[in-house]
Amino acid sequence: MIRLEQVSKRYPDGTVAVDDLTLTAPTGKITVLVGPSGCGKTTSLRMINRMIEPTSGRILIDDQDTASRDANALRSGIGYVIQHAGLFPHRTIEHNVATVPLLLGWHKRKARERAREMLAVVGLDESMARRYPSQLSGGQQQRVGVARALAADPPVMLMDEPFSAVDPVVREQLQDEFLRLQAELGKTIVFVTHDIDEAIRLGDQVAVLRVGGKLAQVAEPAYLLAHPADDFVADFVGKDRGYRALGFVDGQVRVHDEPTVRLGASADEARAVTRDPWLLVVDEARMPQGWVEPERLTAPIEAATLALGGTLARQGGPLRNALDSALSSPSRRGVVVDDDGRLVGTVRAAEVLQQIEAADRPEQRDDDGAAALLEQTGELPVVTGPPPAASEPRRDP
Amino acid sequence: MTWVSDHAGDIAALAWRHLLLAGIPLVLGLLIAIPIGWAASRRPRVATAIVTASGLLYTIPSLALFILMPLILGTKILDPVNVVAAMTVYTVALLVRTVVDGLRSVPDHVAQAATAMGYRPWRRLFAVELPLAVPVIAAGLRVAAVSNVSIVSVASLLGVSQLGDLLVDGYERNIPAELGAGILACLLLALALDVLIQVGARLLTPWRSAVRGAP
Repeated sequence: MIRLEQVSKRYPDGTVAVDDLTLTAPTGKITVLVGPSGCGKTTSLRMINRMIEPTSGRILIDDQDTASRDANALRSGIGYVIQHAGLFPHRTIEHNVATVPLLLGWHKRKARERAREMLAVVGLDESMARRYPSQLSGGQQQRVGVARALAADPPVMLMDEPFSAVDPVVREQLQDEFLRLQAELGKTIVFVTHDIDEAIRLGDQVAVLRVGGKLAQVAEPAYLLAHPADDFVADFVGKDRGYRALGFVDGQVRVHDEPTVRLGASADEARAVTRDPWLLVVDEARMPQGWVEPERLTAPIEAATLALGGTLARQGGPLRNALDSALSSPSRRGVVVDDDGRLVGTVRAAEVLQQIEAADRPEQRDDDGAAALLEQTGELPVVTGPPPAASEPRRDP
Repeated sequence: MTWVSDHAGDIAALAWRHLLLAGIPLVLGLLIAIPIGWAASRRPRVATAIVTASGLLYTIPSLALFILMPLILGTKILDPVNVVAAMTVYTVALLVRTVVDGLRSVPDHVAQAATAMGYRPWRRLFAVELPLAVPVIAAGLRVAAVSNVSIVSVASLLGVSQLGDLLVDGYERNIPAELGAGILACLLLALALDVLIQVGARLLTPWRSAVRGAP
């Protein structure tokens, strides 16, 4: 557990980077610090491993004050991943990953074996081991950065916008793998980002900071989306937060059977299957490939002539994906697949909405500044407990 | 040409001395400039002062510095140590700026990452910063090498012999072949040092050639 107690950072010129921040990052969970630039999120992160010393307050890791430890020893016990990975350009990938084990005095051979192991863990081929960072793509470098941070198996990891510098497709892939890894490793992670989508996707707990380094709200993502503490948080989580919150609502929407046709089928075969203007095309393994309009077909169905389908929703997955799959599909029927990517059937937007209406919103807690929200936005929060006493943002999770 | 072949042994001996008088200060100067440059690069304001001061050292005329050295070091006027010491001063003057520039050329996120991994400042310098500063430092070292080879010849005026002797003697006794041989030998020596530094830098920076071979 990492605990920041009334931590502030003031610079000699009077700038306040972090103002009286109290926050707990629970063991084995991902705590995301998110906020606009200038909100002190990176400063807060760097105070944890004492790259920056706080002006006041204390920081405890497992109840031990970090100020009482040797800064370098403290740092080599904490994994650290930054934007652009910060790899050492003059060292091979393997040597980069072995950095902390070698610093800790491991045997060279053991450190190297460990490095190879870690490369496999982050999904990099062994052939990369002897290359230099400049020979890898941005996404691969970032994986190496994660492997390097994990190499000495530190219980705590600090991650400073680790996925911001890669393109969106790779970013999503890295995020997925990061969550998969974390599910296995259960590290205590503090993760900094400016991207609210990333925060909501990765965080077990999200702390929203405002400019000037003040904590605006800390809560689990679903709660944050449902009950932003004030205007600032509501603005920051975005106008479509209602839609985003659906990402946390799982539900069983009725799945309809969907007529399909195989790739390579002739126009007549396709027209024989359905009279609907849109027909779903699957491959040999019943993986959805896209939609065709049978009436317009003049030749056998080829992959190149398909109207690209919408997004796919996983059966039993979040309602957001189900709704999105329906809305993005040309036929307005959302394609649902099983865990292996095979077609299960389709869903209708209207039925997803019925499920949404039936689903519970996270309940408002009574200490969450609901009065402030009402005052500022005129929005009536759902109050389930006694009326709120304090209008200040919550400090303690 | 007969003059050259008649005196080949002498020329080689003078060239060797020239190499030592120019090369030893190069190594010493680098060893001294690294800690000074490192200390300076950690404090930006001090860096400006140190870089300016060391630059000024270079403007002291070499003859004056050669003559001053016995007064400072307490050595005899003919002692080659005077020349080595004076040349070291020039080398430091040139290389402090180079070392500062070299250390500054290390990308900030790389230096930060090293600190975050738990490197102590000295270890970080040798393990991360200096290796990455090699290309910039090597460039400065090449300038210093050529400059040393050229300045050392002045030491002949003090009686410390090296290739400069050929220039002085060739001029006084009007032997054009000797003059030409002296100039050519200096050029070849400078060229050899230059190539040596380039090869050394390339061996120390294998990752830079890997960049070109990237897929």
